[in-house]
Amino acid sequence: MSRRGAAVLAVWFVLAAPAAALDFPALTGRVVDEAGILDAAMRTSLAAKLAALEAKSSDQLVVVTVKSLQGTSIEDFGVQLGRRWQIGQQGKNNGAILIVAPNERKVRIEVGYGLEGTLTDAMTRFIIETSIIPRFRAGDVAGGITRGVDDIIQVLTGDAEDWKQRAARSAANAASPADVFFTFLFVAIAVFIVLNVLLGMMRSAAPGNRRNRPWIASGPIAGSSWGSPSSGGGFSDGGGFSGGGGSFGGGGASGSW
Amino acid sequence: MFAASLRPLSLSLLTVVIGLTLASCGINAIPTYEEGAKAKWSDVLNQYQRRADLIPNLVETVKGYARQEREVLEAVTNARARATSIQATPDLVNNPEEFKKFQEAQAQLSGALGRLIAVSERYPDLKSNQNFLALQSQLEGTENRIAVARRDYIEAVRLYNTELKTFPGSIWAATLYRNNKPMEEFTVAEETRKAPQVKF
Repeated sequence: MSRRGAAVLAVWFVLAAPAAALDFPALTGRVVDEAGILDAAMRTSLAAKLAALEAKSSDQLVVVTVKSLQGTSIEDFGVQLGRRWQIGQQGKNNGAILIVAPNERKVRIEVGYGLEGTLTDAMTRFIIETSIIPRFRAGDVAGGITRGVDDIIQVLTGDAEDWKQRAARSAANAASPADVFFTFLFVAIAVFIVLNVLLGMMRSAAPGNRRNRPWIASGPIAGSSWGSPSSGGGFSDGGGFSGGGGSFGGGGASGSW
Repeated sequence: MFAASLRPLSLSLLTVVIGLTLASCGINAIPTYEEGAKAKWSDVLNQYQRRADLIPNLVETVKGYARQEREVLEAVTNARARATSIQATPDLVNNPEEFKKFQEAQAQLSGALGRLIAVSERYPDLKSNQNFLALQSQLEGTENRIAVARRDYIEAVRLYNTELKTFPGSIWAATLYRNNKPMEEFTVAEETRKAPQVKF
């Protein structure tokens, strides 16, 4: 590669680097214990509760403990982490994250757009102040997290009417066979049109015209993203866990102890 | 003969192909980024509106316990009146003077609110009032959402303004989209915009 090419590539990489240089832990499961303050049994039981919540309501709740907030506020860290991990289902943004930063003695419940109406700022503040902070102050970090998670789950599933609606939404979200069929039909028509144009151009190219036109094959159509719309569901079945594509806008509350 | 009958069809299809080719050259980029930035701007306005809506209730609650803090309460009420008197239309982003006024009014309101929250620290009864606690957490949440919405808006405007100035967007900006102007960014210092800090 030429030097100029290398220079262009270098500039490209610099520009492509994300603006905020926060270093987030990997989303290894529903409980990410980067700070190492939870024992294995605790992690398993929490993860089971969180998985049950998602199975019931499709809401994704994740617990994370971090070693460091890397100099930023827990509010800023929380919203960026939520967007990076994409907790919550796409389109519904029904994710929430309980973030504990033991070294900074800060805790936050970060709430996705779609849950802001149920898990309100006042509600999350109340949970933090009454269930989490007192236990943290007494040195019972595991107890505070468990109680906090229980409270959040209770709020999210508490109103029977509300969660019936949520279950209905969750059913409506699944890709129906009709969707798959129409996507297939659309792609088939697109391919047909392209082939037709190609054929037409070849035919109409007069014998004297020495150029055949291979450009169209590598043109915008070949590279365009006509495909099936990405499906919303992000939870996978094989034990792995990933965010469903939800987004965050700064809802929730924080506290310190 | 067969080729001749095919020609009108393939001509119309050629138009479609040319359209798609142009689309990949970024002819749609400017309007797309513009709409994106406008959407982020309305998020910002929503959050400011939400804050303005919370204030009367907050002021009433504080008044019940701390009537003697008249000066601080009036400052908040006046700052809110000033901030809401500016017509927060979507077009504001293309009007530098009005945009600056809007920013400054909102920053002043932030400052006044910060003082009100600080003052309320002195009243234990107020601090333990459930209504006040709820309002306070909503206010904090709103300030945080404002910060997020502002950051998202700044990022969207950066994309849009860059598209106007760089190739190939600059070509479209000089030809098809001559009416598209760069949008305004927030310039008022973040320090004055910090969410009021509250300790329990």
